[in-house]
Amino acid sequence: MEIFDQLIETLQTGSGFWNPIIWILIIIIAFLLIYVIRGFGKKQYKEKTGQIQSFLSGNPEYEKEQMKIKSSNIYWGFTEAMKWIYDLLRKMHNGNASDYVLWFVIVMSILSVILLLVGMVG
Amino acid sequence: MNFLEFTPALIVAIPLFGAFLTPIISKINEKARNIFAILILLITSCLVFILTQDVFANGPRTYIFGDSNLALPVVRILFEVDGLSMFMAIISITLALLGVIYSWSFMKENDGLDKYYTLVLLLVAGMLGMEFTGDLFNFFVFLEISCITSCALIAFYINKGESLEAAFKYIVISAIGALFVLFAVGLFYAQYNALNMATIASVLQFGFLDKIALILLIAALGMKAGLAPMHMWLPDSYGEAPTSVTFILIAATQASLYGVLRILFTIYGNAFTNIEFVFSSAIIHWFIIGLALITILIGVLMALIQTDFKRLIAFAAVAEIGYIFLGIGVGLTSLGVGYGKTALEGGVFHIMNDAFDIGLLFLIAGAVYYATKETSLNKMGGLARNMKYTAVFFIVGLLAVSGLPPFNGFVSKLLIYESTYQLNPIIAIIAILASILLLAIFVKVFYSVFMGPELPNLKDVKEVPKSMLVAMGAIVVIIIIFGLFPNLIINNIVQPATNALVNSSSYISKVLSVVV
Repeated sequence: MEIFDQLIETLQTGSGFWNPIIWILIIIIAFLLIYVIRGFGKKQYKEKTGQIQSFLSGNPEYEKEQMKIKSSNIYWGFTEAMKWIYDLLRKMHNGNASDYVLWFVIVMSILSVILLLVGMVG
Repeated sequence: MNFLEFTPALIVAIPLFGAFLTPIISKINEKARNIFAILILLITSCLVFILTQDVFANGPRTYIFGDSNLALPVVRILFEVDGLSMFMAIISITLALLGVIYSWSFMKENDGLDKYYTLVLLLVAGMLGMEFTGDLFNFFVFLEISCITSCALIAFYINKGESLEAAFKYIVISAIGALFVLFAVGLFYAQYNALNMATIASVLQFGFLDKIALILLIAALGMKAGLAPMHMWLPDSYGEAPTSVTFILIAATQASLYGVLRILFTIYGNAFTNIEFVFSSAIIHWFIIGLALITILIGVLMALIQTDFKRLIAFAAVAEIGYIFLGIGVGLTSLGVGYGKTALEGGVFHIMNDAFDIGLLFLIAGAVYYATKETSLNKMGGLARNMKYTAVFFIVGLLAVSGLPPFNGFVSKLLIYESTYQLNPIIAIIAILASILLLAIFVKVFYSVFMGPELPNLKDVKEVPKSMLVAMGAIVVIIIIFGLFPNLIINNIVQPATNALVNSSSYISKVLSVVV
């Protein structure tokens, strides 16, 4: 019985709460609403006619295999905008084991300086 | 004589014993060897769960090797298990068991599997030893065992140059890290004539040498746990090791994370709560929060530009480690305040969620590799047609790792976000934005691997064998249960672990009470 109580118990997070059961109920209601709205759609839809052809601003439609966007091209705009960060990160991740150790030494040095010098206060 | 008295030692001894028997059984029959490895881990799992129940109900348990009495100076090997040890042991043994089940089909085409299973069982013994020992030198020994076995397993594809390079980098990093841990242990021994964690914690002065030891331990174990900017070895190793090994390596990495927790809360816990050292403790706590934020950002940003499936997940794993450290850092900063405990619960719960979420994604990457022999995301597409179960498992994994409801990742991240927001809203906002970016990254992966038109070279791809599906399915079930019933997990598994962290006095007094 105690376990059952815990199953349906609401998780208190201090300033908020989380109850997945309530969330699932909301999702079910949302799906029902979607289903109802879908019911208002046009029933005259015809397959294998011009109705299903894509319109690419007047450009010809390529074969499906050619339409696939490569993984490295997705979010191109984001990576281009953040180019300066990526240049820095790529330099950091150079695959050199000596540099990996160097980062370890850097972190240890920073922590030493802060803790031993500033920490002298208390 | 009580059977439970011996369980801490048996939990480490059984996989160790199994490791040495595996090559002999391998001579008889390969199937028998696989069953034997699973059986060994099943027996160990049963013992872990029996001991967990006992520790959660009755408090920490000790096992002294060689003698029932302890005398000062405490240099005898001693196992001490509390709520945190058991929490970590549950994660380690579950990952190891599922990893070995997955290996059955995944590794069957490879040679040298007798060595593979031997090394896996040795790695399990090493991880569990790290989590159970109450002795710092013993911790170093188990750390070395896990490092050497991990290195050998990373280099398992010995014909691949990249695997050997990754293994080399791993052993360089591990050896340097372990050396600094040993140096810190030496500093403690020189000062206090003790190697036992509880004894050191009870007499720690937090003087100059103690601060040096703290710096060495945090940097070395933080590097082993994958904390940025010392994380670079992690994508190399995770990316090149066989997938089943990567899956178990997550637990090995988390064993180092356990070391950080043990150092911060048990050994230095009293010093941090001392008003005399308020500045020093604040520096350490904010340093951890700062590194956690850097880890999250570097992990997420680097994951975005990866085109190798496993390497991408490895960077996401780095980001997830950042979330764990963020929860722990916020918890340390505000331990006396209400939200401090919430942050700590979130951080500790996220250790478990990270292991299962990232672990599932790695297993899926392995399944895709098994079916297509391809790791580049640019060369994949349309796999959902032929790998329906794997595709569904990936959806669960991507939603869980991105912290979307109703999966497990959401619950722990919610606890971390809310408590971090109360400490500093800007940090919480950055963490949430990084999580959104993580979702965007895995949506890209889902599109690249499973959606889109069927590629001509991948038309004949088939779903992976049952043993691999069983391992992935088991994790999916765990993720859903953890997400739907978070209180069940938090009340029964997470809270005993966080209580053990916060009330380190029970851990310390347990050992001191048996010292003659």
